[in-house]
Amino acid sequence: MFDWIQDFANWLVYDTFGMLEGAHLAEALNFFIYDSIKIILLLVVIIFFMGIVNSYFPIDKVRNYLSRNKLYGFEYVMASLFGVVTPFCSCSSVPLFIGFVRGGIPLGVTFSFLITSPLVNEVAIGLFIGLFGVKTTIIYVVSGVLLGVFSGLILSKFNLERFLTPWVKEVLAKAQREEDAFIAEKTPLLKRLPAIWNEVLNILKGVIPYVLIGLAIGGLMHGYIPEGFFEQYMSKDNLFAVPIATIMAVPMYMNASGILPVVQVLVSKGIPLGTAIAFMMGVVGLSLPEAMLLKKVMTFKLIGIFFGVVTLCIIISGYLFNIII
Amino acid sequence: MSISIKILGTGCPKCNQVTAVVKQVVEENNIDATIEKVEDIMDIMQYDVMSTPAIVINNEVKIKGRVPSVDEVKDILANKEVKDSGDCCSPSSSCC
Repeated sequence: MFDWIQDFANWLVYDTFGMLEGAHLAEALNFFIYDSIKIILLLVVIIFFMGIVNSYFPIDKVRNYLSRNKLYGFEYVMASLFGVVTPFCSCSSVPLFIGFVRGGIPLGVTFSFLITSPLVNEVAIGLFIGLFGVKTTIIYVVSGVLLGVFSGLILSKFNLERFLTPWVKEVLAKAQREEDAFIAEKTPLLKRLPAIWNEVLNILKGVIPYVLIGLAIGGLMHGYIPEGFFEQYMSKDNLFAVPIATIMAVPMYMNASGILPVVQVLVSKGIPLGTAIAFMMGVVGLSLPEAMLLKKVMTFKLIGIFFGVVTLCIIISGYLFNIII
Repeated sequence: MSISIKILGTGCPKCNQVTAVVKQVVEENNIDATIEKVEDIMDIMQYDVMSTPAIVINNEVKIKGRVPSVDEVKDILANKEVKDSGDCCSPSSSCC
């Protein structure tokens, strides 16, 4: 599917620039050109498609659905799935959290949404397909959803309502549970497209600089680091690699877009895929900025439990990944 | 009649983008409007908005969770002016 891009990159680097195939800089440049074009195209397609899907599942409808339907356990799955199709800006995490809880959605279910949303999103999927292929992407998406579901389930067993901040409890007490009549948007698909396209451009504008930087770094690593370099330090048998990688990752927050190209190169140089994915999930899924924002609605204890449970689940996923793939 | 425009957002880059877009539309078209940035979570929640940034015009939430284009904002404000002018010969009335 992407051969024509590779051909173009080869032609550009070897024929036009006259660089020697196999030389470090040539390989780095080839990698960069090929992956940049491939990824930008993928991102445009996927973000656009997801934008259309998301246009039919605005957050109000999601909340409405989750609060009104008795799903007998499946609400965690639904919440996670909705998290996949809903774009997530961490600055929305507080209004979203309050909105959900106010709408009567149980804390565990809200957490399922909050966990999966930043982890599995159109940018991550686009990058994953471009860098790791479709099969790995499907595994990532499924494990992201399962991670959300299980973390949400586990968290719901802890009776966490008591750990909400007094401020939020007050807000919730004051808020009336209005029977929010969800007014569906009747705009036909064609009319929605300009706004969706505008959003695609906005997202691309925000993401592409990071992607290109990540690809540049990845390209250099690809060209200059020998194959199997990391294997000596981080083979699948090194049992500490996954937890260490995850715990290191949690305080960091880098746009997934910048990190993924680097992760891909690390994997191609010998780091087991599971370890790398655990690292990525830790970086993207949990972050210090998000914790700071959530402090308004969650006490330290709650944030601690939340982060702790998710970190544990990521570590387990990392091990599983290493075993399965 | 002055239109009240409120931009809801806790201060992330998207919210600033929205402010820029709205300001541009208002200035370029000489619209009589007041622009207010609402950053306090308590106030934002009054509008039951779950994804910021959001634009509230004359106390109605018009845009939620994304940065609209200049044209989109222009359309919304234009509709507002037509509705509130009380002019019976506005396009939406059928008396002409």
